Amino acid sequence: MMQALNIAFWISVLTMTFRMATPLLLGTVGEAFAERSGILNLGIEGMMLMGASVGFLMGYITGNLWLGVLMAGISGMVLGVLMAFLTVTLGAQQHVSGLGITIMSSGLSFYLYRLNVPTPGGIPITVKSFEPIKVPLLADLPILGPIFFNQYELVYISIIIAIVSFYLLYKTDWGLKIRAVGENPRAADTVGINVFRVRYICLTYAGGLAGIAGSWLSLAQSGMFLPGMTTGRGWICIALVVFGFWNPLRILGGAMLFGGIDAFQLSLQAVGFKIPYQLFLMMPHVFTIIALILVSRRAIYPRALLKPYRRE
Amino acid sequence: MINEELAVKMVGITKRFPGVIANNNINFEVKRGEIHSLLGENGAGKTTLMNILYGLYAMDKGEIYIYGEKVDIGSPKDAIKLGIGMIHQHFTLVPPFTVTENIILGYEGNNLILKTDEAEKRIMELAEKYGFEVDPRKKVMYLSVGEQQRVEILKALYRGAKILILDEPTSVLTPPETKQLFNILRRMADEGKSVIFISHKLDEVMEISDRITVLRKGKVVSTVSKDETSKRELAKMMVGREVIFLLSRPEVEVGEIVLDVQGLFVLDDRGLTAVKNVYLNVRRGEILGIAGVAGNGQKELAEAIVGVRKALKGKIFVEGKNVTNRPPYELMSMGIGYITEDRVGKGLIIDLTVKENLISKVYSAMTRKLFFLDKDLAERYSKWLIKEFDIVAPSPETPAKTLSGGNLQKLLLARELAIEPTLLVASQPTRGLDVGATEYIRERLLEQKKRGTAILLISEDLEEILGLSDRVAVMYEGEIMGVLPVKDANIEDIGLMMAGAKRLNR
Repeated sequence: MMQALNIAFWISVLTMTFRMATPLLLGTVGEAFAERSGILNLGIEGMMLMGASVGFLMGYITGNLWLGVLMAGISGMVLGVLMAFLTVTLGAQQHVSGLGITIMSSGLSFYLYRLNVPTPGGIPITVKSFEPIKVPLLADLPILGPIFFNQYELVYISIIIAIVSFYLLYKTDWGLKIRAVGENPRAADTVGINVFRVRYICLTYAGGLAGIAGSWLSLAQSGMFLPGMTTGRGWICIALVVFGFWNPLRILGGAMLFGGIDAFQLSLQAVGFKIPYQLFLMMPHVFTIIALILVSRRAIYPRALLKPYRRE
Repeated sequence: MINEELAVKMVGITKRFPGVIANNNINFEVKRGEIHSLLGENGAGKTTLMNILYGLYAMDKGEIYIYGEKVDIGSPKDAIKLGIGMIHQHFTLVPPFTVTENIILGYEGNNLILKTDEAEKRIMELAEKYGFEVDPRKKVMYLSVGEQQRVEILKALYRGAKILILDEPTSVLTPPETKQLFNILRRMADEGKSVIFISHKLDEVMEISDRITVLRKGKVVSTVSKDETSKRELAKMMVGREVIFLLSRPEVEVGEIVLDVQGLFVLDDRGLTAVKNVYLNVRRGEILGIAGVAGNGQKELAEAIVGVRKALKGKIFVEGKNVTNRPPYELMSMGIGYITEDRVGKGLIIDLTVKENLISKVYSAMTRKLFFLDKDLAERYSKWLIKEFDIVAPSPETPAKTLSGGNLQKLLLARELAIEPTLLVASQPTRGLDVGATEYIRERLLEQKKRGTAILLISEDLEEILGLSDRVAVMYEGEIMGVLPVKDANIEDIGLMMAGAKRLNR
């Protein structure tokens, strides 16, 4: 069995790492923006599920997968706006609002699916999912080729989004405003920054990315929709954002690490170790807990996180 | 062109809040190049008026003219565009940001991609022009309060402020920092900028202002030129009656030693030695004043005595019993009362009601039938204290956070004095309070002295120390520079000791 862990095994693990990391990366970068602006978005799990469902349905009905991705993003944005309305405009508890959105979306996503898709005998319908693209020439490189240059477009897009998000957050005027709103909204308000608008925009962005992350699961990873198919990835994003210190580049690293563990456990399962598969499935979550214990004591949360802002 | 000389003209400003008229038909004018103080007790409507000028509140009635032009200020953004800057009492800075980031935050002239270097250069130039130092790359959370205030001022100047409003700017500053601030303000006025200085401190107002407008209960009492008025007259206008500046100290027979501190060492939050080898004692019926600039170990000393901070070395005796590093509840039950300098953060639980705060030290005595609180007793107890201490609160069920600063302090005082302490540690008991409340608190302290309480009074206000204490100890960098009876004290010596330039032999 050990000879199964040869170079081909590791290449496949690394190739898969990017694919497992993609939804985590998208979701967490979005979550970082929400939390940087002061809102803990526990609706993320629901937004991902909604994205998975809407993305699949659009792909299934129109046959255009990119339209699916787009609509998944929009569905997430709508939920982001709803989250903003609850927590920013109404000043509701962020925990409760977020969990409410997740619970609602996990029901609604399946409901929408069942409205549109007949499922005879319980066998899920599939669409022809995204395929990896080969980058000309580079894809033929040994080892590096399959790992870096034979990936899905969404993988590249998500990495670009993370890098652009980093620059946005740390090098631009907008980023300064966003971070200020999450640290000291009163200070931001007194220099004429519209705290409410910044939070709406950040939650919309977070929702959009979570929606796209969901569509990755249904349109690239599997080609089908299953209820609850996010299997807690949203919650991992919530942990990952702390692990990444709310910094998109560190989050990129963190997502790769978590994606790598997921890829590793999946590959081990495929090789056929005689260990109950539930133990493998547990790994990313156990690792999340360990990582958080190690890191979270040093983590400095945005100071205004969880606090609704009201003008006096 | 005559109007050009008037930087600000506010006419007939009226602002109502539920239940109160905060500003009642106020007329207020500020000239170009003048420092104009807005004087009044807490709740007189000074801050409200300025918040209207800065666009934070919408007025119900009135007109505002800036440099002769009628304007409509709907938000701070509008105010900034008109050249108005405001430095709030509580700073509006983002602690993990650098000085530069704080200053350029929200600035209209920023490019999307920030050019931090250029901003840094401009900040340095501005700082130099007005005579102060600043490190633009330092994070604000590592700055002293005085430095943070300068960042706030730079923030306004960077936006081209010509009219600068400062809300109680000295309440957080040490005397040297205050002096420095005044120099900066004078420079700005000389440049033709207008400064509006909100304060309730008569000394400062008399020192810095060109003109003074006094507000009382939402109305303008009068606008006077500094040269044509006096402290006494201003105080009268402010309070509406004569204020007794000198309190009559009751003659009390001083009894046996209650608090005895021997060779105490205490660390501060950063782990540095804040209290160094302190010896002192306080007797029954005596007030020992600790003078000194804040941050010289007074807070740590008080906290060690009441048991909320660990003593590193040395001993503390209360009524002859060694209580060093005993838990606070034990000290409390021995009759130690503590008025902390941080009434909102540490002294009270402001999210709870007035009643809950009042009974928070005596709840176990109010527990009847297993572990249930005797509601009637708690109600009667808190109503009695509200009346006894003249706390302005609609009912015992009012959340403490809705009370004004003076009433919060009375609330804290009521809770601590109700247990009839044998030792009272009072740290900055009147800081930030208006004249009326200050007078009240001081009278209460003297009343306690008459009762035989030993009082350790820590204050930055030298007048307060000299007015109330029997003996004065001066603290500098954690050490007691000397202890002397008030009747032998002269203010110059104490000043030298506060600055570390003189030490009395023990």
